[in-house]
Order: sequence, then C-alpha cells, then structure tokens
Amino acid sequence: MMANSDKITKIVLSLAAFLIMAVAGGMIYSLVEGSIPSFRVFGLNFIFSDQWDPTESKENYGALPFIAGTLMTSVAALIISLPLSFSTSLFLGEYFRGTRVARILSLLVDLLAGIPSIVYGLWGFYVLRPLLTDMGLPNQGYGVLTASLILAIMIIPYATSLSNEIIAMVPNDLKEAAYSLGATRLEVIQTVTVPSARSGIIAGYILAFGRALGETMAVTMLIGNSNVVPSGFFSTGNTMASVIANQFGEAEGLKLSSLIAIGLLLFLITGIVNGIGKLIIKKMTS
Amino acid sequence: MDIAGKTEYQDRSAFRILKDKFAMITIVILSLLTASPIILIIYKLIVEGYRQISLRFIIENTPDTFAAMTAVASGEKIPGGIANGITGTLIMIVMAAVIAIPVGVMTGIYLYENQGKFLANLTRNISDILQGVPSIVLGLISYLWIVKHVTMGFSALAGSVSLSIMMLPMIVRSTEETLKMIPLTLKEAALALGTPYHKVILRVLIPTGFSGLLTGILLGISRILGETAPLMLTALGSNVINLNITEPTSAIPLLIWDFYNDPNMIDLIWSSSLLLMIMILLLNIVSRQIAAKRK
Repeated sequence: MMANSDKITKIVLSLAAFLIMAVAGGMIYSLVEGSIPSFRVFGLNFIFSDQWDPTESKENYGALPFIAGTLMTSVAALIISLPLSFSTSLFLGEYFRGTRVARILSLLVDLLAGIPSIVYGLWGFYVLRPLLTDMGLPNQGYGVLTASLILAIMIIPYATSLSNEIIAMVPNDLKEAAYSLGATRLEVIQTVTVPSARSGIIAGYILAFGRALGETMAVTMLIGNSNVVPSGFFSTGNTMASVIANQFGEAEGLKLSSLIAIGLLLFLITGIVNGIGKLIIKKMTS
Repeated sequence: MDIAGKTEYQDRSAFRILKDKFAMITIVILSLLTASPIILIIYKLIVEGYRQISLRFIIENTPDTFAAMTAVASGEKIPGGIANGITGTLIMIVMAAVIAIPVGVMTGIYLYENQGKFLANLTRNISDILQGVPSIVLGLISYLWIVKHVTMGFSALAGSVSLSIMMLPMIVRSTEETLKMIPLTLKEAALALGTPYHKVILRVLIPTGFSGLLTGILLGISRILGETAPLMLTALGSNVINLNITEPTSAIPLLIWDFYNDPNMIDLIWSSSLLLMIMILLLNIVSRQIAAKRK
C-alpha cells in the first residue's frame, strides 16, 4: 500500500518530466505553425529556391542560400578543426596522459567552450579579419572562410572532450601487446588506439558539427551577410542562424514566417545530426 | 637472401623511428596551436578593456552616441557604464534559474527513479534533443510563445524563458548523473525507517548530491551568461535600467552587440566583454572547485 504523500510525490516528478516533453512538442508545433504561411505560398520549393527578395508585393523567399552557407561553413570548420582537435586528443589521452602539461592544456581547451559566441565574433572581427585581409582575402576579409576559421576554434572543445576520454580508455593490454611486437608509438596509435576508439572519435566530431550548424553571433559578424549561395570559400554568404539574427528585427508577415521556416529547417538538421551522434555513442556503450 | 632481409629491416626501423618522432613533434605543435586562441583572446580583452573598467562603468547606464562621440573626439574616456546591462543580465539569469532548476532537478530525480522504463528513456532522449537545439531557435520559440502571446512585446520574461529552455537539459543530466553516484544503501536506509518518499528526496538525495547539483547549475548559468542571439529576438535591449519583467530589457551581451554596431562606442566593447568573461571564468572556477572537492 502506497502512502498518499508518496503518490503525490511520484505524480509531481512525472509532471516535471512531462513538462519537458510538452516543451519539446510545443516547440515543434509552434515552428510548424509559424512556417505554414511561408510553405503555403512557396511550397516545398522554399527549400530549393535561391531567391531572397523582400520587395513588397513581389516577395519571394527561399532557403537554399542559407542551407548552403550553413553546410559550407560547418563542413569547412570541421575540416579545419580536425587536425587541431585530433592532435589535442592524442596529446591529452595518449602522449601526455595524466601529466601537469596535459591538465593545463585540457583546462585551456575547456575554457574555449566558455567564451561567448559574441566575444569570438569580436575577436574574429578585430584580430582575425584584418590579418586575412592582409593575406589577400577579398571582401574586406568577410566571408565563408573567415566564419569557418572562427567556428573551427569554437568547436574544438566539443570535438575533443569525447575523444579524449575514449582514447584514454583504450585498454593498456592492447597497446602493450603491440609495443611488445616492436611497434613504435605512432604505429600503436595507428593500429590499436585509433581503430578501437574510432566510433567514439567519430561521434565526437558529429556532435561538434551539430554545434557548428547552429552557431549564430560569431558567424553573423564575419560571414558578410549576403543572401546568395556562396560561390566559393572566399565569397560572402549567410547561414540559417545568421539570417534569422540579421533579418528578424524588421520582419513581419511572410518574411517572418519564412524566417521561422528556416528556424524549423535548422531545428530538423541539427536534430538529425545530433541524433546520429548520440546513436553512435549509444551503440558504443551498450 | 637472409642478409638482404636483415638490411632491409634495419633501414626500415630507422625510418620508422624517424616517422614516430616526426609524428610526435607535429602533434605537440598542433596541440600548442590549439591552446593559443584562448590565450590570444583573453590577452586582447585585457589589453583593450582594462582602461574603461571602473566603479562608474558598473553603476552608470550606457551613454548616448553623442556623449560617446564628444568624449572620443576630445580624447577622453567614454562616460557612463553598463549598469542597465548588468541588472538585466542578473534579472534574466535569476528568472531562468528559477524556472529551470525545479523542473530540471525534478526531471533528473524522475529519470533516476525510473531507470530503464520507456517513458524515462523517452524523456532522456527528448532532453538530449533539447540540448542540441541552436540557441537562436530557442529565441524564435520564446518570441512565438511569450513575446507574441504573454507580454505582448519584447520583455525580460521572454529572454529568460529562452535561456531557461537552454539551461534545462544541462540540469536534468547533471542531476541524474549525480544521483546515480549516491550509494543505494543510503536511500534504502531512509526508506526502511518509514520515511515518506518526498522526505527521502529532500532530506537524503538532494543534500547528499548537493555539490553535484550545484556544479551542474553553475555550469548551466555560465553557459547562458554570454548568450546573445536568443535575447536579440526576445529581450531586445534598453538604454536604462529596467526592473519590469514585461518590458524590453538589456543584458551585457546585448550591449556588446549594440556597441559593436555603433562606431562611437567601440571602446566599451572590450571592457564589457572583459567583465562578461571574468564573470564566466569565476563561475567556471567555483564549479570546478566544488567538483574537485567532491572527488
């Protein structure tokens, strides 16, 4: 027999859990409801159209420039950060595991995660952009490449945190067996450490990619904010997150609905990417 | 044949050792390169920002563009400060915490008590999905929910709702992880004494796991402290201190954005960022200390 107060406690706890589900459900509902006017006018073509024309009476909106911008910056950021974060993971989890140097480096990398996006943006704008302009980057240093460089720094802590742990967890027996066969440290890493930590490392990079997709402020300040499909990594563009931040202020009616539709697409894309990452982690741990 | 094989082996081993050394040097250099941005960023903030920081900077409101322009033109420090941003940030953080902590802790306890059950797994997955939602989308949501339907305009309340959704999954996760580490015997001892369930939670689980919960909460706060994008769509900003939660309100990151867009205010960008960074670093250090003591 359960006491009444116990029942109430259980109900209250369940209510809190249901509230979280309700928030998530309500989010999807509101995003879908808010984007209906836009999808009603443009149909599925909204996703594939590269038009962004706010001129009154012939408004025409499409999300392609921003989807392209988001994917380009995030993929480039991942590629740029790959050698950095992979080296750091090996430094922390293999070469200098447990040493003071490793503790300091790991602290510094963790602190990267604490810097607000807007501060990254300022640093990119006042330090990195002039540097790139001097190196001959067009458009006063604005563009996909500049945004990707800053994004690459921003996602390092997310890319490393999981792979550090996984690499440090590779059993010593396996590594020692390889050493006893005469393998050098690099060969041990290539043939033992990385293969047995592979799925964890990949999952970490996928989650970092998911982070990059939704970053707003730093990208808004550096990408140049032109509503066209970027023609290359040196040209300007806009991402899904940055166009919402940029155009939201003066938006209403169809434009607002189109921005909400872009928000919905961003929500879906990041959800899928994160879901894949989590799935790999789940498969790995079970 | 035998001799040929041996020489080939020796040649390769020298090459292998060289390759190994080269790989290690590359990894060390790239790792140091990874550590450099944080040092460069903090250096830039301190060098450019320390001059403006003073008592006035903390207790006065933002100056108007004209006052800033005249000060810059005559080579003086820009008058005024970011008091409106500091109060706005505090108000919104406190409200976000008040919304997120009870719901998050209770959900964490629910997940802990219902390990392996379908609804608990579903809740955990949904909480994970919420954690991955970009902050600008949370801004859109709070705009659609609060700005349009509750406060009928941009408001501090809308800002804190978007921040609380951001904070919630972190608290859920840290609560569940903390509770999992508490020995089951402790809970069973309390239950064996006939303690009602809510008292077990309030008197045993939460006090034992308190430092773990606090770490999660502080890290959650440090994460939302610098958020700009969702506040642009919800709290909007204000030039004066505003204590009414249904009115537009400023925040430190929002002010940095305003200063960034106003060429006369550039000097204030760095000091505001420095102040924000100090707050975030302090929270990080405190939560690290608490976590270290636990171990």
